[in-house]
Amino acid sequence: MSATPPTGVTVKDFKSDQQVKWCPGCGDHSILTQLQKVLAANGADRDRTVFVSGIGCSSRFPYYMETYGFHGIHGRAPAVATGVKCANPELDVWVVTGDGDALSIGGNHFLHTLRRNVGLKVVLFNNRIYGLTKGQYSPTSEFGTRTRSSPQGSIDHPMHPISVAIGAEVTFVARAIDTDVQHLQYVLKRASEHRGTAFVEVYQNCQVFNPGAFGFATDRTAKADNVLYLEHGQPLIFGKNREKGIRLNGDLLEVVPVDKVPRDDLIIHDERNPDPSMAFRLARMHYPDFPEPMGVFLAQQKPVYEDLLMEQIHAARAKSGPGQLAALFAAGETWTVE
Amino acid sequence: MSTATSEKTQPGRPAPAREIDRAAVRFAGDSGDGMQLVGSQFTATSAIVGNDIATFPDYPAEIRAPLGTLAGVSGFQVNFSSHHIHTPGDRVDALIAMNPAALKANLGDLVEGGVLIVNSDEFDESNLQRAQYQTNPLEDGSLSRYQLYKIPITQQTLAAVKETGLGPRDASRCKNFYALGLAYWLYDRPLEPTRRWINSKFAKVAAVARANTLALEAGYALGETTEIFTTRYRVKPAKLAPGTYRNLTGNQATALGLITAAQLAGKPLFYGSYPITPASDILHELALHKSFDVRVFQAEDEIAAMCAVVGAAFAGAIACTGTSGPGMALKQEAIGLAVMTELPCVIVDVQRGGPSTGLPTKTEQSDLWQAVLGRNGDCPLPVLAAQSPADCFAAAIEAVRVAVKYMTPVILLTDGYIANGSEPWRVPAVRELAPIPVHHATDPATFQPYLRDANGARPWAVPGTPGLRHRIGGLEKADGAGNVCYVPENHQRMTHLRAEKVARVVQDVPAQEVFGDAEGDLLVVSWGGTFGAVRTAIEQAREKGQNVSHAHLRWLNPMPANLGAVLRRFRRVLVCELNMGQLRQLLRGAYLVDAQGLNKVQGRPFMVSEICDRIDQLLGGAA
Repeated sequence: MSATPPTGVTVKDFKSDQQVKWCPGCGDHSILTQLQKVLAANGADRDRTVFVSGIGCSSRFPYYMETYGFHGIHGRAPAVATGVKCANPELDVWVVTGDGDALSIGGNHFLHTLRRNVGLKVVLFNNRIYGLTKGQYSPTSEFGTRTRSSPQGSIDHPMHPISVAIGAEVTFVARAIDTDVQHLQYVLKRASEHRGTAFVEVYQNCQVFNPGAFGFATDRTAKADNVLYLEHGQPLIFGKNREKGIRLNGDLLEVVPVDKVPRDDLIIHDERNPDPSMAFRLARMHYPDFPEPMGVFLAQQKPVYEDLLMEQIHAARAKSGPGQLAALFAAGETWTVE
Repeated sequence: MSTATSEKTQPGRPAPAREIDRAAVRFAGDSGDGMQLVGSQFTATSAIVGNDIATFPDYPAEIRAPLGTLAGVSGFQVNFSSHHIHTPGDRVDALIAMNPAALKANLGDLVEGGVLIVNSDEFDESNLQRAQYQTNPLEDGSLSRYQLYKIPITQQTLAAVKETGLGPRDASRCKNFYALGLAYWLYDRPLEPTRRWINSKFAKVAAVARANTLALEAGYALGETTEIFTTRYRVKPAKLAPGTYRNLTGNQATALGLITAAQLAGKPLFYGSYPITPASDILHELALHKSFDVRVFQAEDEIAAMCAVVGAAFAGAIACTGTSGPGMALKQEAIGLAVMTELPCVIVDVQRGGPSTGLPTKTEQSDLWQAVLGRNGDCPLPVLAAQSPADCFAAAIEAVRVAVKYMTPVILLTDGYIANGSEPWRVPAVRELAPIPVHHATDPATFQPYLRDANGARPWAVPGTPGLRHRIGGLEKADGAGNVCYVPENHQRMTHLRAEKVARVVQDVPAQEVFGDAEGDLLVVSWGGTFGAVRTAIEQAREKGQNVSHAHLRWLNPMPANLGAVLRRFRRVLVCELNMGQLRQLLRGAYLVDAQGLNKVQGRPFMVSEICDRIDQLLGGAA
């Protein structure tokens, strides 16, 4: 380990000396590589970067990053990371989590971190299965999923991470897929630039327990019809020949052929919309009825938790100077015994 | 045993004052009657006039239980004295009861012949019924053993505040100040400190400030100008050690101690906590002191609070949390994480009655086992307990000092009794306080995350330090290098190293002192907030000539190095604690000593007499 200048870093500089122990074919490998590329391209200072995780396959991530890292306990990474950020707001803090870790055991911390808008980048590897415990259904598994703990099919209705995040007042929310590496890099870079909580859901393939869960979005022949890339200020258009669009019909979204409707009918994506209603509608677009949106759903600016925390401290000090113990001790009614 | 009623009021000479050593007074009323407030005022004034004081606030868990019922009775007891005292007193010398329920719930604690002031306006049919009285105790002669004063406090208050124009509802809310004024007269205390307090508290509502002041003065004047009371009492200032004093509750003292420790370490204080009775006042107090770089984080739950503490410790803050029994249970997994990652932090457990939700506002000492033993795996950590309200200050500093020195979480046990109770605290000079040395690793050439120093502590390398990038977490780590390691021998070695490190804290634990003789028939052992009652009992027993000594434990893990030898020098050992015998079991396990127990779990502190009785029993009656 040696001190490194914050610039001039390469992808290799972000690889730790630990052997990566994910299964062959796991989507985690791609996410690790893309994030290392993004940080290198950003010229990130490895000494000021911290990765925090909980429990699960994805949560081994910090061990593979040549940064500071903290492998916490199940579901609690956002809380640990909040403590890190409060103690030192200058650090660049990332949370790596999975669908079980963030949404099941850690659901409460996930919600409250988002609403507080703590300056954390939260990357959720969603493989719709419990991997590390060997294949039980997760809170994002589809209804009816047959697993070792649901041999007759899961009777739980799944949770949709982006809907939940928007409901929890997140200020930045995006989705990418492990195999589309360029787009994944783009989304992670956007997250890295956001001030406040940036939440990224990555569709991640679990080769062992839930292979092909996202085949609709990765299959070369089908994906153009099943995925829609969000671009700020652009109409929602998809399809092999960009022949399909999305418009509002009354209260409902519908897929329309772009050449059969006036161009103005199509929804223009506005990631900065202060009203998250449209972003929520987009989050409800699910295969097979709709193409699933990829990209940045929302990117809003709101006061950031650690800024507000420090502002209150600075305000208290501006008012009465840095605290003096002698004055603290003698506050209130005192009396003297000779 | 005189009784008097207000009908007899007429101008007359003030009663002569009788000098007494000490007195205990209890204010009792509905939880909305402001009894905690006037109790605190009486305490502050008594402290300012130089008495030693000890207080015992006792209130229901419900914010407003149904009016006039036994469930809604709130009381505040203050013991004030011209000599040094350790407890709020077993019994009270004067009881101010604002309604029948307050009378019923508290009368048993009033000494025979004691002063009993009741608000006679509240003794109507329906209130008597709510308090489950068959007949009116003010009329049926059942109170003849006390000096009963039936004062129509509500009516008197309404008359006193009439000029302010407040409506009857607001006006009658001043009646607690009327009662306070009366108590001030009875014990010859000045009104000025409370006048000042009223004016600052109600600065923005002049009418309310005026009304409360008028009520206070009217209560005082009743004693001064009528001949209702045959005697008033005077308690001279106590001979406390010279210095400047301030009245502090245990929770305030804990908060000030944590701030002080962080300042002595030259670091920000991070306090992550989830509101829980009776620990929330630490959070409230700390939130007032942000100019000391106190970073208060009100977490979404107990688990998040503890996890944020671990994160803040990793990033280099003095990281602390406060909670009580049920919250402590929730925090245990994350405390284990702090043990595994060997990060310094302090967990304050303000114990209350358990199990489960138990008795939220009542005191108990039943979290000792979960503090010492309560985590998965072999997971030792240092545990200490404060012995009195003011002692929470020193105990909090000690906890931080050990946490940082040994790189470990430390549990500080207090309890509802000392957390809410108060006593005079001698304000220390800042220069008396030793700095808390903090060493952060900085040298990449020699750094290894789990390399140990002479104390067995690993280096504290905080993110942001050039070249010290490393990864830690809950998985077992290789000795030295700190990488994830499943090698069997390594796990055994690391388990030993963690245990040895905590055992080594004994070098910071003072030798066990014994109050009384160093050997003999009976050693009474106590820990935490029962110090005052036990010490008072031992003082009384020794005055009677009984062969009994007292060992009060501050450190529960590790225990003092000489404790085994101390225990063996006595024929019998009695462990007094507010649980079913948790320390007794630990002592039996560690020292094979046949310790007996005095155990009480009623949500109330020990009475001195209960301990004296047990000593008599063990020693075969008074010597």
